[in-house]
Amino acid sequence: MVHLYNLAIDFCALSRVEADPADKRLRFNEMSINQCQTGVDDNPDIPPELFDNDRSKLAKKVLNNKHSPLSQEFLKKGAPPGVRAELWRQTLGVEVDQIDQLYYEQLKSYVVQHDLLVDSLIYKDVKLTATNDDQYFVFEDYIYQVLFPFSRDTQVLDHFKHSSANPPKSYIRGKLGVEEFAVHYPPNGVIPFHGFAMYVAPLCYIYDDPVVLYYVFRELYMRYFFRLHQISSHPQSIVSLCLLFESLLQSQEPQLFLHLKTIQAQPLRIAFKWLIRAFSGYLDSEQVLLLWDRVLAYNSLEILAVLAVAIFSFRKTNLLQVGTASAAEGVLADITTLKVVPLIQLSLFST
Amino acid sequence: MATQGQPRLKYACDLDKSVLVNNFDRRGWIQVSPDEDWNFYWASVQSIRNVFSVENGYRLCDDQVINHFPNHYELTRKDLMVKNIKRYRKDLEREGSPFAEKDELGRHIHLDFFPTTFMLPADYNLFVEEFRKNPSTTWIMKPCGKARGIGIFLINRLSQLKKWSRDSKTNTFTAPSAKDTYVIGKYIDNPLLIGGKKFDLRLYVLVTSFRPLKCYMLKLGFCRFCTVKYNADVTDLDNMFVHLTNVSIQKHGAEYNAVHGGKWTVANLRLFLEGTRGKEVTDKLFDEMNWMTVHSLKAVSNVMANDRHCFECYGYDILIDDNLKPYLIEVNASPSLTSTTSSDRIMKYNLISDLINIVIPPEGTPDVRWNKTPSKEAMGNFDLLYDEELAQSDLLNQDARSKLGMTGPGLRGARDPKLQSKATWK
Repeated sequence: MVHLYNLAIDFCALSRVEADPADKRLRFNEMSINQCQTGVDDNPDIPPELFDNDRSKLAKKVLNNKHSPLSQEFLKKGAPPGVRAELWRQTLGVEVDQIDQLYYEQLKSYVVQHDLLVDSLIYKDVKLTATNDDQYFVFEDYIYQVLFPFSRDTQVLDHFKHSSANPPKSYIRGKLGVEEFAVHYPPNGVIPFHGFAMYVAPLCYIYDDPVVLYYVFRELYMRYFFRLHQISSHPQSIVSLCLLFESLLQSQEPQLFLHLKTIQAQPLRIAFKWLIRAFSGYLDSEQVLLLWDRVLAYNSLEILAVLAVAIFSFRKTNLLQVGTASAAEGVLADITTLKVVPLIQLSLFST
Repeated sequence: MATQGQPRLKYACDLDKSVLVNNFDRRGWIQVSPDEDWNFYWASVQSIRNVFSVENGYRLCDDQVINHFPNHYELTRKDLMVKNIKRYRKDLEREGSPFAEKDELGRHIHLDFFPTTFMLPADYNLFVEEFRKNPSTTWIMKPCGKARGIGIFLINRLSQLKKWSRDSKTNTFTAPSAKDTYVIGKYIDNPLLIGGKKFDLRLYVLVTSFRPLKCYMLKLGFCRFCTVKYNADVTDLDNMFVHLTNVSIQKHGAEYNAVHGGKWTVANLRLFLEGTRGKEVTDKLFDEMNWMTVHSLKAVSNVMANDRHCFECYGYDILIDDNLKPYLIEVNASPSLTSTTSSDRIMKYNLISDLINIVIPPEGTPDVRWNKTPSKEAMGNFDLLYDEELAQSDLLNQDARSKLGMTGPGLRGARDPKLQSKATWK
C-alpha cells in the first residue's frame, strides 16, 4: 500500500487528476439533487407518475433509436432495471452476431483441449469470492463460462495498446530469450487475481445468455476494469483514483481526514478494496449496477472515488468517535445497506 | 429493558428458538408456563389441539393471543387444502365471479395455481382417467400428514400405484386417516432454473383474521436453491459449461455452503428477473403470487374457526416454472424458525419482531376487541396483502360518493376484481 502511495506521489506531476469538488459537481451535474434519478425516485413508495412512467417511456424511445451516444446520455440518470441490459449493450456497442457466436464456441473448445494453470487460479478465485457471496453464488457456473474462455481470447491483448502495462510473456521450452518462440501467457495477457470473478458477477443479474454475457464483460474489462489493477499514470487508473479519493476526502472533510490521520487509520487502506473491485461484492447488487450505469454514462471510473468519499462523509459521526484504526475499519466494514445515488447527491450537491 | 411505555407482557413458548426468545426478552416480557396466565402464547400444533379441544380445552380471555387457528389444517394439510380450493373454485363459478373465468380449453385463468391434484384412495379412478390422457407424464405422491419431504416419491407408471387400485375395487367405505391418504399431483418438470439450478420460494404470510380477511406478506421471503444442477429433461445442454470442465462438477457435488445456505432473497430474484426478462413479466409474476395467496386464504375463510384470539404465520412454498407461472406447492403452519446462516437469523428475528408489532394493539396489551388495523409503521417489513374490512369500507365510501355524484376520473372501479385501494398491495 505504501509502495503504491509513493508511486502516486511520483506520478502526481504527470497525472491530470482534478480533485476539486466544484469540478466534480460540474462533471456529474446530471446527478444533482434537483434532478430525478433512477435509484432514488423510482422507489415503490413514490407514485410512478412523478418519474418512473416517463422514464420508462423515454427509455423505450432511446432504445428504438439504437444510437450509442444517446443510450450513454440516458444512463447518466440511471437505467430502469428492465431495460438496463439493452442500454448497456447499445452504449458499449456490443452486438452478438453469428461470427461472434462461432468465436465464442471456438474459445470454449480451446478450454476443452488444453488446461491452463490460470484455470486453477480462476477456479480458486470463484470458489473464494462469488460462491461464498449470498448474492452471486447462484451464478457460479456462468462465471466459469465467461472466465475460462476469456483467458484464451487473444483479442483481449488489444487493450494493451491503451495501457502502460505489458502482457506477460513466456518462451517455448528450451528457447528462453529467443523472441521468435515467445508467447503470451495466458493467451489474453491477463493473470487473474483474488476477486477478479467479482467483475463478472453483477453482470449475471442482467444477462442470462452466456455468449452475450461474455462479450459485454469483455468490453467492460477492456474499457474500464483493466485500469483498476494495472499501474499507470492514466487519470483513471487505480493510482489516480486513489489520489483522487484522498484529495477529495481531504478537501471535503478536513476534520475527518485529520482525525483519521491522528489515529493512524489510513482512509485509503479501507477504500482501496472498494476501488479495485469497483464496489462489487461490497454493495448490494442493485446498487453496484446503478453505480456501473454511471461509469458507462460518464465514461469514467472517477465516480468510484467520489462514492468512496461520500461513504466516509456519511459515516463521519461514527468515525470521529473511534480511537483506533481497527475500530475505523469496523465502522466501514459493512456497506451493503447503502444507496449509492442519494449518497453521491448528498456528498457532491448539498454543501 | 422493556420498550418505552409498553407493558411487560407474560408469554408462554413451546419452542426453544433464539429468534423467538430474543424478541420476547428485548421487550422485557416475562416467561410463564402455558398453564399460568399468559398474554402471548407461541404454541406448537400439538398444544393447540389441547387448548381448543372439546373435552379439556379452555376459554381464552380478552387479553390473550395465540399463534394458531384451531383448525389451521384446513389450509395446511395437503388434501384438505386441495379440497377447499376445488370447492372455492366451484363456488366462484356458480356466483359468476370474474375470477372464475376460463379459457377456450376450459382451464381456469386466474385460479389455476396448483397443479392437477387428486386425493388417494378416494379419487383413484378420476386420477387414472387423467393419467391415461397423458401417459408419459410424471406424477408426485405426497403423504398428507407428513412434512419436510418425508415419504414423497415420483411415479410415471400406473403399476407403481397397485396398492390403491386394489383398495378402490373393494369399495370399502372406511374414511382413511391422515396416515393413509396421499395426494398425487402432476409433477412440474419444467421449473425455472437460475444458474442451472432448481429452486423454490418460501414466503411468509401473516393472517390476523379470516372473516374479514386480513393478511400480510413479509417482503423478506427467500429462494432455496439445490446444490446439484437440475438434470431431468434439461433442454439446452450446450449452455451447461459443466460438461467442458470436470473440476466444478466433481468438487461441487452435493456441497452445502454454510455462508449463504443456498438461500437467495426474493429481492435478488426480482432484480434478476427484471434484468433478464423485463419489468412487465416480473410484475405479473409477483402479482400472480400475491393473488394466489389471497385466493388460497379466501378458499378456507368460511371453514376456518375465526377465533379472535388467534393469528397465524404461514410458510408458503411456491414453485415457478420456466414460463414464469407460479404454483402453490403447500402451506406450512409452523414454518421453521431455525436459522442456517447469519442473514437467515436476522431475517427471522425481524419476521417475529414485525409480527408482534402487528398482532399486539398500539397500547401494548392484547385486546380481543381491537379492530386489528395496524399502522403502516407497525407493519415493518410486512406488506399489506389484503384487508377485507378496509376494502369494504372503501366500497361503501365509493358507493356513497357515486350516489352523491362525486366520482371522478381515475377513481377505483366499484366492481373491479383488482381493487385499487390501500386495502391491497397495489
